Amino acid sequence: MLMTSRASSAPKKQAGEAETLVSLENAGIRRDGRWLVRGVDFSIARGEVVTLIGPNGAGKSTTAKMAIGVLKADEGTVIRSKALRIGYVPQKLAIDWTMPLSVRRLMTLTGPLKEAEITLALEATGIPHLIGAEVRHLSGGEFQRALLARAIARKPDLMVLDEPVQGVDFAGESALYDLIRTIRNSTGCGILMISHDLHMVMAGTDTVICLNGHVCCRGTPEVVSQSSDYMKLFGGNARSLAVYNHHHDHTHLPDGRVRHADGSITEHCHPDDGHHHDDAAHDHANDHTHGDHHHGHDHAHPHPVTEREGHRHA
Amino acid sequence: MLDDFFIRALVAGVGVALTAGPLGCFVVWRRMAYFGDTMAHSALLGVALSLFFEVNLLLSVFGVSVLVSAVLLLLQRRQSLSADALLGILSHSALAIGLVLVAFMTWVRIDLIAFLFGDILAVTPSDIALIWGGGAVVVAAIIWLWRPLVASTVSEDVAEAEGMNPARTKLFFMLLMALVIAIAMKIVGIMLITSLLIIPAATARRFSASPEWMAVFASLIGAAAVVGGLFGSLTYDTPSGPTIVVAALLLFVVSLIPAFGRTTRERPANKGVQG
Repeated sequence: MLMTSRASSAPKKQAGEAETLVSLENAGIRRDGRWLVRGVDFSIARGEVVTLIGPNGAGKSTTAKMAIGVLKADEGTVIRSKALRIGYVPQKLAIDWTMPLSVRRLMTLTGPLKEAEITLALEATGIPHLIGAEVRHLSGGEFQRALLARAIARKPDLMVLDEPVQGVDFAGESALYDLIRTIRNSTGCGILMISHDLHMVMAGTDTVICLNGHVCCRGTPEVVSQSSDYMKLFGGNARSLAVYNHHHDHTHLPDGRVRHADGSITEHCHPDDGHHHDDAAHDHANDHTHGDHHHGHDHAHPHPVTEREGHRHA
Repeated sequence: MLDDFFIRALVAGVGVALTAGPLGCFVVWRRMAYFGDTMAHSALLGVALSLFFEVNLLLSVFGVSVLVSAVLLLLQRRQSLSADALLGILSHSALAIGLVLVAFMTWVRIDLIAFLFGDILAVTPSDIALIWGGGAVVVAAIIWLWRPLVASTVSEDVAEAEGMNPARTKLFFMLLMALVIAIAMKIVGIMLITSLLIIPAATARRFSASPEWMAVFASLIGAAAVVGGLFGSLTYDTPSGPTIVVAALLLFVVSLIPAFGRTTRERPANKGVQG
């Protein structure tokens, strides 16, 4: 179950010393006599990306709000490290059009920032040209980018991103997930993310927590995507979206060895060796660096794939 | 022409308008127009109670406004009725109870019309001191609370998550509203207080590039409405409170003329299509 030797997080995990930012123990939220979520246990360490997945109404946003203290747990405990600086991108944010709010002003909503910090964050999310635009004139995707930039510019210890790329175009999506990963790597902040994009979840996450009113299953993306609970929850979607259910770009040779798409041959077919997403046909010559290759393995297998950022196999 | 009472009315009215501007912006942004109305209507109950128990009028009005808004928030939390319906119930019952109580007190003679529609021409120097003193407190508090107020108006969740305390901010906001209602009551009257909060803010929207500028413009536009209204009331011999509101409305209508708006140029093509 525990796969602790993945290259990217191995030093942290093995040391087990990374500062815990938030930990929830048996936490639950009850409204009108109904438990929205219950028995939630998990923690987020500095430098860790935890992703909540689950069907609508599973309590993902509720859990995230509970973790950051917007909602108080009705049972169990939620412990946050002292003076925890949070950057929050909520799932929904309706700004009344009567408030004249420019992107620049939105950036300093909860705290002052230097102009350079604002510009840098907007550049990172790809909308530096919109700094003077009124928020209500932004498209849905542009608005999400502005919200993400705002959270980033705060230089938080913990970023909480509730469906951060909703409404963002396809090309932008992977770039933003890339950015999120880059920020994690460069600042070492913890990230709690809610996402429906299982591709991205599996690519850029250390821990996946599958929620459906309670924690169904958890673990590394590899573990979760193979668990029966996960398959039950996501059913047909899991087949089309999950890491392991897509084109197989390797061939089993008659002698039992396996030939991969890149021509390399290994002795065994590891469950996810050489598997690629539907985007295997992507033009890798262009500069996208997103880790949408889901080799969950940490062993040095013989793919001549060069190291990329966010690419998790060693 | 400019008698003493008229100068006093001008000074008092401008003071109220300057105070109401920034607060009115929050009433507009937070969609609390009806809420403000409810608090204002409950002021009459405060007047009645102040006469009945012979306590300070200002304190009584302030207290009752705070109480009514607290009851409202508690009822909203239970979510048994929509906020809209609750407001309707509280707003009109507070007004009705106030009127009934006043009618019961046959031993006091009060000028009901003055309370309902204002009596700015009867402003005394001590009223002016109260308005400018109270107004200074309100404006100082708003400046002090500005960032959390704006942040929790945009999103309470974000404000809370990022280390602010929106519940406390909201409480302060209620107290400021109650205070403004208490000091503005004499100027435009219980029925028209909300208009002095909302109309200048709505007018300022078209000219403002940021929340900060909108608050400043709302104050100035409100002051202009007071000055215009008072001169109008003097010229046409009309009641001063309603004339001030009519003046504010005229400014609002003028602001709707496209040539004056600063946002005309950057109006979006169609957000629905893009988003």
